[in-house]
Amino acid sequence: MMELLRMEAHEIAAAVRAGKLSAREVLEATLEHIASVDGIPGSIGDDPEAEPDKIHAFITLTAERARAQADAVDAKIVAGEDPGPLAGVPFTVKDIFVVEGTPSTAGSRILANYIGPYTATPVERMEAAGGVMLGKVNLDEFTFGSSSESSAFKPTPRNPWDTSRVPGGSSGGSAAAVAAGEGWLSLGTDTAGSIRQPAAFCGVVGLKPTYGRVSRYGLIAFGSSLDTPGPIARSVRDAALMLHVIAGRDPHDATSAAAPVPEYLAALEKDVRGLRVGLSPDYFRIVRAEGGELVEEPLPAEIKQAVLDTAERLANMGVEIVEDVPMPHNRYGIPAYFVIARVEAASNLHRYDGVKYGYRTPDRVADMREMYRKSRGQGFGLQPKLRILMGMYVSAAQYSERYYQRALQVRTLIRRDFEAVFDPEGKYRLDALLTPTTPTAAFPMGAVYGDSVLMQYADQLTVAANHAGVPGISVPVTTDADGLPLGVQLLGRDFDEATLLRLARAVEEGAAFTAKV
Amino acid sequence: MSEEIGRTLFDHLVELAAFELGGDEAEYLRRELNKQLDAIHELEAVPLDADTPITSHGVPYTQEISAPPREDRWQPFPDTEKLMGQAPETEDGYIVVPDIPHEEL
Repeated sequence: MMELLRMEAHEIAAAVRAGKLSAREVLEATLEHIASVDGIPGSIGDDPEAEPDKIHAFITLTAERARAQADAVDAKIVAGEDPGPLAGVPFTVKDIFVVEGTPSTAGSRILANYIGPYTATPVERMEAAGGVMLGKVNLDEFTFGSSSESSAFKPTPRNPWDTSRVPGGSSGGSAAAVAAGEGWLSLGTDTAGSIRQPAAFCGVVGLKPTYGRVSRYGLIAFGSSLDTPGPIARSVRDAALMLHVIAGRDPHDATSAAAPVPEYLAALEKDVRGLRVGLSPDYFRIVRAEGGELVEEPLPAEIKQAVLDTAERLANMGVEIVEDVPMPHNRYGIPAYFVIARVEAASNLHRYDGVKYGYRTPDRVADMREMYRKSRGQGFGLQPKLRILMGMYVSAAQYSERYYQRALQVRTLIRRDFEAVFDPEGKYRLDALLTPTTPTAAFPMGAVYGDSVLMQYADQLTVAANHAGVPGISVPVTTDADGLPLGVQLLGRDFDEATLLRLARAVEEGAAFTAKV
Repeated sequence: MSEEIGRTLFDHLVELAAFELGGDEAEYLRRELNKQLDAIHELEAVPLDADTPITSHGVPYTQEISAPPREDRWQPFPDTEKLMGQAPETEDGYIVVPDIPHEEL
């Protein structure tokens, strides 16, 4: 069985399409593996400390639905039809996407009883391509966090490399599941780093596409100008395979871009020789936010070395490394995000009011206002409350200019940093920037949660790409002295995921990294 | 840490956000808001021209990649029961809510 689990998604699909493996046998092996490693699924009010040696990636395992899908794939094979590029590949979905007929909870008590009335476009596309959805995986409540510990569904996911540590977040269940062999692919979302950071922590590949590349239809909204769905996979090739399936214009999402979707798998075959990759000193300095004090310090030596080693390997492959690339506004990414993301979150979360769907207080209430206050007070956890309150404060009429307008102006400067270094007529003419993905490896559970500033700074190397809208990918390259995975990040031009994937493939090829499963 | 958001302002925000807070939630939330504001004040160190435009989303929407406006046409949801069935309380196809505060005219 382990041999099957170690295959890549594209190999599974090829074997299923060729009739060498059945989708049903792939699924049953995967379900058996999940039963042995995952432990109890997250649920409201359960013990956060239960089964501390298990992964706990899932909130809802939809085994019977998956069996029906796998059988449909096998029936197509028998009928001589092609089930599609993801034929028989089991995948998981971050529980921030609605899937028809399944609980779609956002990791929150306020949506714990919500059943998806339709299916999100990226999920629909994966299923139409022959993919087999295993179920919904855990996450930070409404994606608000970088460790998955804020989920109302306990126990929250644990890192497969060391279950005393967090898997990262907010797509922590997705990254943990993929790293532990619980499905080959996972559909995550990235608003400040929520795909790339957990991918780095769990030693898997995480790709945040360009904003607009993948439809947000059916994604429960958080920061609508920043949210980006994307793949988490065990290899760059599998991430490319998945991106090709989910990318492209969707009439249900007016912000999805009508840019052509290239053949990403074909792009991987191209040589990287002659591509220009930049290193920026502004990504080798980090802000430590311990105890509320913001202190600038150098990147930890092991993480810096991982990036420099990667650059050297790329140089040996003929990539031109450009040093001292200025990204001066990178350090303002988190402060600007504290404002912009909160305003958007507050706006998006007003809809949860106990009227149309979701949680309504069982308490006796005198009137509608009291019903709102009790339903929202009992239904939301601390992190959504914190975000809503901040969003309301910084966008209030008398403070908006000082905070919200300024943050949006700083966002312009962050965007300009990227435009300048990617400008084909400019001084740097980069194809990509190479940076660390995270300022640390996976931290112990409970070590950061509660300190909302320290937690937010976990995204300090990833968030600029969300402000700017550009694509980014995290690739695991090595492990640190504690045996924990470290990832490097490549950031690229608008809609040029093809070049990013091509470089990421080269990074992966040269790295001395062995997957967990 | 600053005390930019004092108790009165905090209570006003909580009222606007329509939260009934439990136990020690208020203390935690107010402390974290003020800590976050300390980080937000870093933005004041960024020199900005008065005419620096705002960016409301990163990637510019050019004509090339923008969808043309769709026809403004009503499209029924295929199964309204899937939507109405999620409401906490319904009666005869209507959503039931508690008394809405109002003044008799």
